[in-house]
Amino acid sequence: MITCIINSITALGRFGIDTLQELGKAGTLLFRVVFRLPDVRKGFPLVMQQVYAEGVLSLLIIIVSGVFIGMVVALQGYHTLVKFGAAQQLGPLVALSVTRELGPVVTALLFAGRAGSAITAEIGLMKATDQLSSMEMMAVDPLQRVISPRLWGGFISMPLLTIIFNLVAIYGAYLVGVKWLGLDAGAFWSNMQSSVDFHSDVMNGIIKSVVFGLVVIWISVYQGYETAPTSAGIAGATTRTVVYSSLAILGLDFVLTAMMIGGW
Amino acid sequence: MLSQRTIDTFVGLFLLAAIGALLVLAFKVSGLTSFFKPAGYVVTAQFDDIGQLKVRSPVKMGGVLIGEISSISLDPTSFKAVVTLNIDKKFDAIPDDSSITILTAGLLGDNYVAITPMYSQTYLKQGSNIQDTHSAMILEKLIGQLIYKLGNSGATPAATTTTTTTDATNKVGAKHE
Amino acid sequence: MNNLVEINNLHFLRNNRPIFQGVDIMIPRGKVTAIMGPSGTGKTTLLRLIGAQLQPSQGQILVAGENIHLLSRHALYQLRKQMGMLFQTGGLFTHLNVFENVAFPLREHTKLSDAMIQTLVLTRLEMVGLRGAHLLMPSELSGGMARRVALARAIALDPQLIMYDEPFSGQDPISMGVLVKLIRTLNDALGLTSIIVSHDVAETLDIADYVYVIANGKVIGQGTPEAIRGENTGQLKQFLEGLPDGPVPFHYPANSLDHDLLEGAIS
Repeated sequence: MITCIINSITALGRFGIDTLQELGKAGTLLFRVVFRLPDVRKGFPLVMQQVYAEGVLSLLIIIVSGVFIGMVVALQGYHTLVKFGAAQQLGPLVALSVTRELGPVVTALLFAGRAGSAITAEIGLMKATDQLSSMEMMAVDPLQRVISPRLWGGFISMPLLTIIFNLVAIYGAYLVGVKWLGLDAGAFWSNMQSSVDFHSDVMNGIIKSVVFGLVVIWISVYQGYETAPTSAGIAGATTRTVVYSSLAILGLDFVLTAMMIGGW
Repeated sequence: MLSQRTIDTFVGLFLLAAIGALLVLAFKVSGLTSFFKPAGYVVTAQFDDIGQLKVRSPVKMGGVLIGEISSISLDPTSFKAVVTLNIDKKFDAIPDDSSITILTAGLLGDNYVAITPMYSQTYLKQGSNIQDTHSAMILEKLIGQLIYKLGNSGATPAATTTTTTTDATNKVGAKHE
Repeated sequence: MNNLVEINNLHFLRNNRPIFQGVDIMIPRGKVTAIMGPSGTGKTTLLRLIGAQLQPSQGQILVAGENIHLLSRHALYQLRKQMGMLFQTGGLFTHLNVFENVAFPLREHTKLSDAMIQTLVLTRLEMVGLRGAHLLMPSELSGGMARRVALARAIALDPQLIMYDEPFSGQDPISMGVLVKLIRTLNDALGLTSIIVSHDVAETLDIADYVYVIANGKVIGQGTPEAIRGENTGQLKQFLEGLPDGPVPFHYPANSLDHDLLEGAIS
C-alpha cells in the first residue's frame, strides 16, 4: 500500500521532470533557430517556399471554414436576436465574435491540423531517412536550412490567414443575414461599423493570431525534430502536435483575452 | 516542387489578398475613417464628475463626431477633473461660450461628450477652455436626491419629483444613432 | 602523418549503457579500413563519433591530427567538408532530383558557376554509373541506385575521408558487386581514405586493407583480411563463420525449460 503511494509519487515526479526537460529542449531549439537567422540571400527563397506550402495551400480550408462559420453564426445569432427585437445587431454580433475570437482561434486550430501536422511529419521523416544527418555531415546546418524557414513561414502565414478568415466569415454572415434572412444591408454594415473598433477588435485579433502562429509552429517543429525515427514515432509526433497545439491555443486565448479585455 | 517563380507569384498573391482583406476589415467592417489622427486643436474643460468617461471617448456636436478625448487628469488644487479634447481642425467655428455635457449613449452605453453651440462671435481655438460644463449624471446621486425629496416633502412631492425626473430623462435621452 | 583518423581509448555511454569501453582504432591514409561486428555493437555510433555528431564520454578522436571534439563550430564545419558519409538509407533529399542532390554540397559550399557545377555533378554521376539518371527523383530510384547517388554526393567536394555505413546490407548480388567495385576503385583512383562499417563478412574482407572487429564495446580482433580469416577462437570465429551458437548465445536468457513448461503460469 505504502509502496503503491510512493510509486505514484515517484512517477509523478518523473513526469514533472520529464516535462520540464522537454520544455527546456523545446526552448533551446527555438532559441537556436531564431538566433541563427537564415542567410538572407539563400534563406529568403526558402522562407517563401514555406509560406507557400503552409499559407497558400491552407487557403482552401480556411476560406471554406470561414464562409461556413460566418453563415452559421449569422443564422444562430439571428434566431436568438430576433426574440429581443434586436435583429439589427446581427452585424456587430458576427463581426465582434469573428474578429475577436473565432477568427484567430479557429484559424489557428485549422492551421495546426493542416500545416502543423504536415511540418511535423515532414521533419520527422527527414530525420528518419537520415536527410538531416546527411546535411549535418555535409557541413550544412539543418536548423538553418530546414527548421528556420518553416518557423518563419508559419509565423508570417498565420496572421495573413486569420485576416482572410475574418473577412470571409463576415461575408458569409452578410450572405445569410441580408440576402437570405432579409435584413437591411445598410443597417447591417453601419451597425457593424459603429460597434467594431479597429484597434481593440481587429488588431487585437491579429495580435492573437501572431502569438498562436508562433506557438503552433514551435510545437510542430519541435515534435518533428525530436521524434523517434520510426513510423510509430512519427505517427505519435503528429498526433502530439495537433493535441498540444490545440490545448496551447485555447489556453493562450483565455490569457490574451483577459489581458486585452481590460484595455491594453 | 513548383519553380521558384511560380511559388513567389502565389505567395505574392496571398499577401495581396491578405492586405486587401485587412483594408476591407478596417474600412468597411470597423468603420475606421482615417488611420492617422486628423489634425486637430486641443481644448480643455473641467468637470466635477466625469462618470465613466474614458480617453478616446467621442466628442460630438448635434450627434456628429467632431473629435475625441485625449487625456483625463485631476487638478490638484481645485480637485476637478480636467478633460483635454482633441477637436478636428475642420470644426474651427465653435463659439467659445458653448456648453459641454457628459452624456450616455443609449440607456446603458458608454459615456461621451456633447458640445452644444451658443451664440458667441469668438471661437474655440488651440488651448481654449470651455467654461460651461455639465458633469455626468450619476444614477445613484439622482436616486438619492429623489428619495430625499420624496421623504422630505409633504409639500410638493409630485412637482419636485417630476422636475428631477424630467431633468434626468433629458440628460439620458440623447440616443446614439 | 600516417593515420588520418586515430581513436584512442574511446568510451561512450548511451542511456547509461556502455557502448564502447576503451576502443583503439587507427585508420591509415589512402587505405580501405573495415570495422565489423555483430548488430547493435554501435558501429554506426562510431561513425557519428568520428563525424563529431556525438561526444565521447572518455577518450579522444583525432582527425588529421585535430581533436575534433575540441574544435569550434566553424572549424568543425570546415573539417566536415573534408569528410563524406554514406548513410545506410542513402539519405537523399526527397524533394530534389538526382542532379540537384549531388549538386547540393557544391551549391552550398562553393561559388562555382552553374556550368562548372553541371560538369562536376555529371562527372561524379559518371563515376558511379548513373549519369543517365540525373533527372529522376529519389522516389523513382531502386535502393542500390539511391546508394550510388548518395555516394556521388559524398564525393562531390573531393573529400579526404569517406565513411560507409552498412553499404552492402539488403542489396542483391549485382548491386553488391557494383558497390564493391566502386568503393575500391574510388578509393584508389581518388586517393581517398575509406572506412567501411559492415557485417557482411565476405564482401568486406574482399576489399578491405585492414579489418577491426568490435564486440561488446571492445576490439576483439584486428589485422589484414588474411590474418583475420585464419582466426579460429571464440567470438571472432563465431562471427566470421556465422555460427548460430557460441560466445554470443542462441538462447535469450530465460528460466529453465522445466520451469516454464511444468510450473503452470509463467512468471
